[in-house]
Order: sequence, then structure tokens, then C-alpha cells
Amino acid sequence: MSIWEYANPRAFMGWTGKALPLIWGLGIGLTVLGLVWGYFFTGDDFRMGSTVKIIYLHVPSALMAINGYFLMFVASLIWLIRRHHVSALVAKAAAPIGLTMTLIALATGAIWGQPMWGTWWVWDPRLTSFLILCLFYMGYIALWESVSDQDLAADLTSILAMVGSVFAVLSRYAVQFWNQGLHQGTSVPVVTGERSVDDIYFIPLAVSMAGFFFLFLALTLVRARAEVRARRLGVLIRREQMA
Amino acid sequence: MIAVLRRDLALALRSGGGFGLGLAFFFVVVVLTPFAVGPDQGKLQIVAVGILWIGALLAALLTLDRVFALDWEDGTLEQLALSGLPLESVVMAKAAVHWITTGAVLTVLAPALGVLLNLAPGGYWPLGLSLLLGTPALSLIGTFGAALTVGIKRGGLLLSLLVLPLYVPTLILGAEAARRGAAGLAYETPLILLAALSLGAIAALPFAGAAALKVTLR
Repeated sequence: MSIWEYANPRAFMGWTGKALPLIWGLGIGLTVLGLVWGYFFTGDDFRMGSTVKIIYLHVPSALMAINGYFLMFVASLIWLIRRHHVSALVAKAAAPIGLTMTLIALATGAIWGQPMWGTWWVWDPRLTSFLILCLFYMGYIALWESVSDQDLAADLTSILAMVGSVFAVLSRYAVQFWNQGLHQGTSVPVVTGERSVDDIYFIPLAVSMAGFFFLFLALTLVRARAEVRARRLGVLIRREQMA
Repeated sequence: MIAVLRRDLALALRSGGGFGLGLAFFFVVVVLTPFAVGPDQGKLQIVAVGILWIGALLAALLTLDRVFALDWEDGTLEQLALSGLPLESVVMAKAAVHWITTGAVLTVLAPALGVLLNLAPGGYWPLGLSLLLGTPALSLIGTFGAALTVGIKRGGLLLSLLVLPLYVPTLILGAEAARRGAAGLAYETPLILLAALSLGAIAALPFAGAAALKVTLR
């Protein structure tokens, strides 16, 4: 049995129906655990005071905002190559959630930046990249909404996702070229394996990140399932009209 | 391909409206800026490069929805698709016409309008060069956006929303080169990156645009 069997709409509905309660449980459980741990059971930072705690919302949402876009890219690529309808629907389902994550990251960043940097907004490379990411999400969603033929919309948005991803990466480096940053470096340097955040803060942060990951997955699957059902409904209605 | 290019060029020049629109818009933006910013020469000098680049970008954006719309409405686009000419070439020709009627003319016009905004004396060459190297990317990205939205009714607003984020790298590099030039700094690095961006766009985007057209024409 190949992995593509899971992308058959019927199989997809079957296994996601069974897996969703578990994913929801993990998502909500880990997020609540990470946030409660982070908010109530870690001390205040020496310099930043209690404002440091916004990191438990800010970093996971930023992580999922970027990974959401990456998911859209991969799902669009699979749609273009293998033409699995579920793949296109997953890309469609992920976009609004990714946009929400981007907005959460921007909002929490602004709330933290006001007392810490003394300003709600600076044109720092990371902040600017996220604003551009937000625009990309909005354009992608708007294109989906404005084409009524679903297959046509899937094709057009996939092409947009391909070109958009290239330009999103280009923008990221162009923005770095344009202005030097105020934003601190990454909190989770994966490549070097070092830690810029102490374990006391890092462990709840990691829990929170895992929680956001499962929340994102659960929301995407729910939305994709709703899309599959909407399609089935559309087919039934059309069949009714023909008869 | 040459025939398509000549036909579109003739249409753009003779039908009026489309061709002059972008240029008039560019001109008006530059003329209106001092009223908004104030007549202070020093202040104008600071914003001159940015206004000229934003003006050029918006002027290019303004004329984009015409690139395919008329051919789509009267069926010419379908005939072109059936003609045996690769759609990639059609996209390339359309982008070239768009560039000749906006980008090339804007490049010539921009230094003249720079006088109105008190552009620093050293800034004329970098501004002209950056527009010359940057506007092809604007035209190609825009043509791709136009190909993506051609079948959509009232696609103009959507087109702007899709294309503006794609314009970010071009605008950053172009304006950066011109700004560095105006400030008397070395501006080769952003200029080279800008040229790379334009060449990359020329090489890759006709294929993306043609793919979008094929979907719409299916």
C-alpha cells in the first residue's frame, strides 16, 4: 500500500476522523500545559520582567505561520504533480490558519515591543518579512475566493504559491539587505544546537510549540474535512437538480 | 512573436488611453508630492528617490490589467493559443510591450522629473540605471499577475493584491541602489542583484505566466 492511498478522499475522511480526537487532545493539552507552565510556574526575566512570557505565544505562532506557508507550498506542488484533490483542499484549508498565526505573531510582537523597544512597530527585517508574509497569505486567500470553479482555483492558486514562495524567500533576503535589525536572534537555533534561552524557559516553550503544531494540524484537518464534505454536498445538489 | 509584439505595440500607441495613462500618472504623482511633503528643498531631496521609484511602480501596476484583458474579451487570446506560437512567447511579447510602453519611457522620464524633486546631482545615473534594470522585472511580474487573474471578473483589485508583495524585492533593491547613488555611496551591489532579479524573472516567469494562461483557457 502506497502512501498516496491515504490521500484518497474516502480514506482521508476515514483516518482523519479517527486521528482527529487524538490530535485535538494533544494540541489543546500541550498548548494549555505549555502556557500555564510558562505563565505561572516560571520566574520573571531579570531584564524583561513578566513581559518575557509572551514568548510562549509569540514564538510558536511565528513558527506555525512559516511552516503553514511551507505546507501550502508542498500541498500545492503535490496538487500540480499528482492532482490529488485532497492536497489542494489542504492547501486551501491551511491558508486562513496560517494568516491567523501570522497576525497573532505580529500582534504579540507589537504588544511586547511597546514596553521593551518603546515602539509598537519598527521596520526591522523580521517584522517586515512577517508583514510581507501576511500580504502573501491575503493574496492567496483572495485568489481562492474569487474563482468559483474549484479545480481552476486550485490550479491558479498553486501556481501563485510556487511563484510566491520564491518571492517570499527573495523578499526575506532583500529585506535583510535593506535594513539591519532590532529583533533578537532566534530563540531556538536548530542548526548550531546551542541554546539562547535557558532551560527553565525553553522546556515550556518547546511544549507550547508542540501544542501549536498539533493545534494547527487539527484545525487544518477539520477545515479540509469540511471542504471535502462541501464538495460532496455540491455534487449531491447538482445530481438533485439534474434528476 | 515579433508579429504579436508589433501588433500590441501598434495597438498601445494608437488606441490612446492605455499608453499615456501610466506616464501621466507617474508625472502627476511626482508633481503632487511637493504639495504633500512641503516645498522644502532638503526634505524633497530625501524623499526624491523613493517617490520616483514608488511612482514608477504604481504607474506600471496601473496599466497591468490591460495586458491580457482586451485580448481575452474578444477571443484573440484563444486564437493566439491555437496559433502554434508557444504561450510562453506570447507572455514574453506582452511583457516586452508593457515594458516598452511603461518601463522604458519611465526610465527616460524619471531623471527629468528628478529635477522637480531636487534629486542630488550624483543621483541621476544610479536612478536611471536602477529603473532601466528594475522595470523589466516589474513588467514580467505584473504580466504573470495579469495572466493569473485574466479570467476573473473585476480582477483589477485582486491583481494589485497579488502583485504588490511580489514587487517587494525589486523595489527594495532598485530604490536602495538609487538611494546609495544619490548619497554618493557605492551602488554596484544592489544594482547587480537587481539585474540578477530581472534576468531571473525574464528566464522563469514567462513559463509561470503561460501555465496560468493554459489553466484559464482550458
